[in-house]
Amino acid sequence: MVKTIKYCVISFGALLLLWQILVTVADISPALFPPPTKVVAAFGELLKHGLKGSSSDVALMGHIGISMARFLTGYILAVVTAILAGLILGCLPRAFAYVNPVIQLIRPIAPVAWMPFIVLWFGIGDVPAVVIIFIAGFFPVLLSTVAAVQNVDVTYRKVAQNFGLSKMETVRKIIFPAAFTQIIHSLRLALGTSWIFLVSGEMVGAQSGLGFLVMDAKNCMRPDALLAVMITIGIIGFLLDTCIRLLEGVVKCI
Amino acid sequence: MYIEVKEVEVQYTEKKEQVDVLKNISLTIEQGEFICLLGPSGCGKSTLLGAMAGFLTPTKGTVYIKGKPVERPCAEYVTIFQNYGLLPWRTVEKNVELGLERMIKSREDRARIAMKYIDLVGLSGSEKKHPGQLSGGMQQRVAIARALAVEPEILFMDEPFGALDAITRMKLQDDLLNICHETKKTVIFVTHDIDEATFLADRIVVMSADPGEIKNIVNISMPKNRDRTSSNFLRARDKIFDIFHMKKPDTVEYYI
Ligand SMILES: Nc1ncnc2c1ncn2[C@@H]1O[C@H](COP(=O)(O)OP(=O)(O)O)[C@@H](O)[C@H]1O
Ligand SMILES: [Mg+2]
Repeated sequence: MVKTIKYCVISFGALLLLWQILVTVADISPALFPPPTKVVAAFGELLKHGLKGSSSDVALMGHIGISMARFLTGYILAVVTAILAGLILGCLPRAFAYVNPVIQLIRPIAPVAWMPFIVLWFGIGDVPAVVIIFIAGFFPVLLSTVAAVQNVDVTYRKVAQNFGLSKMETVRKIIFPAAFTQIIHSLRLALGTSWIFLVSGEMVGAQSGLGFLVMDAKNCMRPDALLAVMITIGIIGFLLDTCIRLLEGVVKCI
Repeated sequence: MYIEVKEVEVQYTEKKEQVDVLKNISLTIEQGEFICLLGPSGCGKSTLLGAMAGFLTPTKGTVYIKGKPVERPCAEYVTIFQNYGLLPWRTVEKNVELGLERMIKSREDRARIAMKYIDLVGLSGSEKKHPGQLSGGMQQRVAIARALAVEPEILFMDEPFGALDAITRMKLQDDLLNICHETKKTVIFVTHDIDEATFLADRIVVMSADPGEIKNIVNISMPKNRDRTSSNFLRARDKIFDIFHMKKPDTVEYYI
């Protein structure tokens, strides 16, 4: 843990230093690529009262809160429905054989491609971002749950049969826990992708949130603020991943 | 007749070709007997055991237990597998309780029964551990306790000690015999180890492969508590070796 923190501090410190040196030595115009100092200043401005000239008067923390709420709603909905659907389809291999081609067809479509429809059906606001996150998180969790269920050791199934467990009991007591270590790994992957797509979702369909701030900084022609928002997105993604990794570690110990 | 295997045949279709895995198997077993199914890998021992335990339906023929045809597995006859089939996320105690959860609603009663059988297999003190913290031998003891806890009449065991080292294995053989004697179980035990079969069995069903058939049934009349180094034991064991060597003239003929 201490080591990890050390690596992070040194790595980020070196990046900052390199950035500052490059900007100074190459004498890059701040309009093209702002130096760290300006970005820190923009960060302060965002934190205090939001960007000057912005169409929103919410400060950074407010936007983060809004984004997190959308993210958690979409992600949790995606995870719950995907695991339930995955457990059902995993137990019905024949049904899955018919559903799978459709899933494979939809899965490679970037979630944002649905945006025009989503905006048409749900308007703008919170819903488009939530739907985008849902689409981004749903398929990886669904497919890995199905695979995990199908991979459950046949001995477990025989044991369940032998002791006369009902279908529901078998799923609850045997299949789900046996599949869970594989599922939790996909939850982590889905968390990463969902976070990436939150920003895309908010860039188009929202008037608040981190994705909106990206567009806002662009419209105000503030590259320093843009970088500050980008870094914020990166840091939160990193923290989310760390949280779920810790959770994964706890689960593996059981 | 307690268990009757009547003209059982099992076929699999592989690449559109029919493979006879078991051919014309008939066998009767009395209550309380300890039967070993002995034969080389692939001769269909697990398949025969699976048919008796209700995990698979024979292509032809029927298995009867107490006069009733076997259709599906049930808790009156429990199978113990080589790879234990323990649930790694449950403690030893909770693993042993698995089969009891349907039958006994009271937590305390379940825990009491589980402890009784954990004790019987010599694992008291480990009940709060997880299977991953136990050696292979101890894990198989947990599986045996879990099977016994539902008080089955018959134990089906498929190479249960196959993955254990020789010394652990002999200790488990000793303990299994004592436990089965105490609890008066009928046991059908699959193995490919001649010594193991000679030590455990009342009768050894010797099988041969391609197709899986019963080649011979050998009565071992020595009393239990067999001494693995006694001359009687070695003589009995030699007899089984002979049965396997009888294949030699066959194969020689084949080459002529
Ligand atoms: N589900 C199956 N499909 C096709 N062939 C099988 C299947 N199960 C077993 N067999 C074949 O049946 C034969 C006997 O298998 P098995 O009963 O496991 O033997 P043993 O337990 O004596 O090693 C083997 O040749 C194996 O390849
Ligand atoms: Mg086998």
